[in-house]
Amino acid sequence: MTDKHTLLITVANRVGVLARIAGLLSSRGYNIESIIGWRTENPDIYQIHLVTFGTRQQIEQISKQIQKLIDTIKVVNISHKKGYWIYEFALVKVQARKGRPEILDLVNVFGAKVVDITQAFVIIDLSGPTQKIDRFLDLMKPFGIREYIRSGHIAISA
Amino acid sequence: MTGAEILIDALKKEGVDIVFGYPGGVVLSIFDVLFKTPEIRLVLTRHEQAAAHAADGYARATGRTGVCLVTSGPGATNTITGLANAKLDSVPMVVISGQVKTTVIGSDAFQETDMAGLTRPICKHSYLVQTVESLPQIIRNSFHIARTGRPGPVAVDLPADIAMASLETYVYPEGPDLASYQPPDRGNSNQIRKLAAAVRNAARPVVLAGGGIIGADASTLLMRFIEKTNIPAAATLMGLGSVPDDHELFLGMAGMHGRVSANNALMECDLLIGMGTRFEDRVTGDLNTFAAKAVIAHVDIDPSEIGKNLRTHIPIVGDVRSVLTDLIEAVDPRPAGDWNRLVGEWSAAHPLAYDQDSEGEILPQYVIDRINHWAPGNTIIATDVGQHQMWSALFIRHRRPRAFLSSGGMGTMGFGLPAAMGASLGCPGRPVVVISGDGSIQMNIQELATCTLNRIPVKIVVLNNSCLGMVRQWQELFYNKIFSKTCLKERPECRSTCSGHRPDCPNVFWPDFVRVAEANGVAAFRATRVSEVDDVLRRGFAVDGPALMEFRVKKIENVFPMVPGGKPINHILLGEAP
Repeated sequence: MTDKHTLLITVANRVGVLARIAGLLSSRGYNIESIIGWRTENPDIYQIHLVTFGTRQQIEQISKQIQKLIDTIKVVNISHKKGYWIYEFALVKVQARKGRPEILDLVNVFGAKVVDITQAFVIIDLSGPTQKIDRFLDLMKPFGIREYIRSGHIAISA
Repeated sequence: MTGAEILIDALKKEGVDIVFGYPGGVVLSIFDVLFKTPEIRLVLTRHEQAAAHAADGYARATGRTGVCLVTSGPGATNTITGLANAKLDSVPMVVISGQVKTTVIGSDAFQETDMAGLTRPICKHSYLVQTVESLPQIIRNSFHIARTGRPGPVAVDLPADIAMASLETYVYPEGPDLASYQPPDRGNSNQIRKLAAAVRNAARPVVLAGGGIIGADASTLLMRFIEKTNIPAAATLMGLGSVPDDHELFLGMAGMHGRVSANNALMECDLLIGMGTRFEDRVTGDLNTFAAKAVIAHVDIDPSEIGKNLRTHIPIVGDVRSVLTDLIEAVDPRPAGDWNRLVGEWSAAHPLAYDQDSEGEILPQYVIDRINHWAPGNTIIATDVGQHQMWSALFIRHRRPRAFLSSGGMGTMGFGLPAAMGASLGCPGRPVVVISGDGSIQMNIQELATCTLNRIPVKIVVLNNSCLGMVRQWQELFYNKIFSKTCLKERPECRSTCSGHRPDCPNVFWPDFVRVAEANGVAAFRATRVSEVDDVLRRGFAVDGPALMEFRVKKIENVFPMVPGGKPINHILLGEAP
């Protein structure tokens, strides 16, 4: 069964390491849904959080291939593991000529924040599990979403 | 010291005695240092692809890391085939390419190409050196990566300004600084016990020996294991030589052109122990039926190979040498039984054979068989790719490891001659023979000059059937005998009179290999009749230096046994078209 998988990849912070991982997935026929990375508290170590699709066997194989890269320290597939907070961040630009109070109500309910507000639109900063972001975007649709951007999965162990 | 001096000193510290290379703008400073370094022999090939294959052949024959040095741009890209070839066959190699100055990288400067980027998917690792300070550690790491774990090629891209920059204090690092790279060593002892138990319980066990056995120099251990347990062993193309082919437990090569005995054993076994093999499609055929009744044990140093192609019940990740050492301890001796008798019957019922009519056309199998006679026992055989490669795999007597050099994974035509050069230079005093075809040999024929001028005494056998034989065979069997572009004598006017391979073709063989060889100072001989074969081989092998022996062989001759691609490997064609 093809499923969404979130891989936490710890790598040595070396030139080209992100290109290596992205290239490896594309060369073996995988699509990357999201990829996000930043150095850890140790500047020599970089953490990449990657979301891709595949069967369990396929993901096991691609994890092994990523692990095989010289710069890879660790690969963990957290999709079916307990004890991880998987979050996303989103910035959403919503049309706000009408319905502004309702929008702001929903912002409060979702624990989101207003980043900017003009006559024409509100820019909202929201974080949380994927389902929460999906739901919020769904609720904003009737007002008119001008633009949005999501970070993709980032995760931390509980 | 300059970057160039550091590089060469590092190569010396790594024990490099030969570098295959080709100079150019951005590597002049390095060639300048090499000129003053008598400890390292610099061999100028006539094409960078040949330099890469020569380093590869050197590595396969000696077990040491092959080194290649080329310039940026086209020099670098010409090594790409060689790198990909070495990657697929797990050959330790370091290719150093020059790069434009760091100050102009990214500006599409003259002969600039992103070598680190190009090589990423086809190398075990690649480096772009960005500071002279990092150079010593990068070279140390490169050699460590190339030869440890699953061996493979490493590409190092070195910008011209870094080769010329100076470093005041230089110490060659004692070890790599690769915390993230920890290749496996010993196999898990529980898993090894599990495999020993499986051996105890198996009625029909078989070993499949891959190139990993050769690469790990584990042949002797493998033989001790099979002799203690009386388990018959088949080999992949890359594993040929791991068990001598006159050994009573050896079943021959398995796979698409494998022996009936080997393929039947793999299909009928109840325990399959794959060692240093990746169960590639040319070996397994249809995966759903391959060894379907068997418990599969897979020993490999690369965890990503386990379960990649074939379901695995007993995975063992580790160095096959150490796994075999532990396994020999763990298994009980096992007498030969019914299974050994059965596989013996298969071997006896399907001997490799050919029927050479002494008045007829020369059969390529016959020439290869006669090479066994004329080549001394310690000869290293290199092949190109095609029918001659498979006939060599089948008919050459494989007596020892690292003596059969063939492009397995990539199937690179043009590999044979440069690989033989590398092997010859790496193993001075040992005879080296290239078996090639008229198609393959032309893909690196410029290296005849390298052989003559560097006194590399390789013996080149060209089995000339005036066509691309293996492709022709596939066209005959699977493409309704539409022989599209497989005749190497074809001219534009042929189209109206010939559909590919007319027996009475009036065109001359092309090129005249004897003249090509002689133009390059290589002694050359030609046999067109069966009665001349032995004489040509005798004269060729007697030459003190390189020699080319051309055999005009039968054109319409197919490689059998053959399993059509994707079919179960016991669906074997033994002679006739389906």
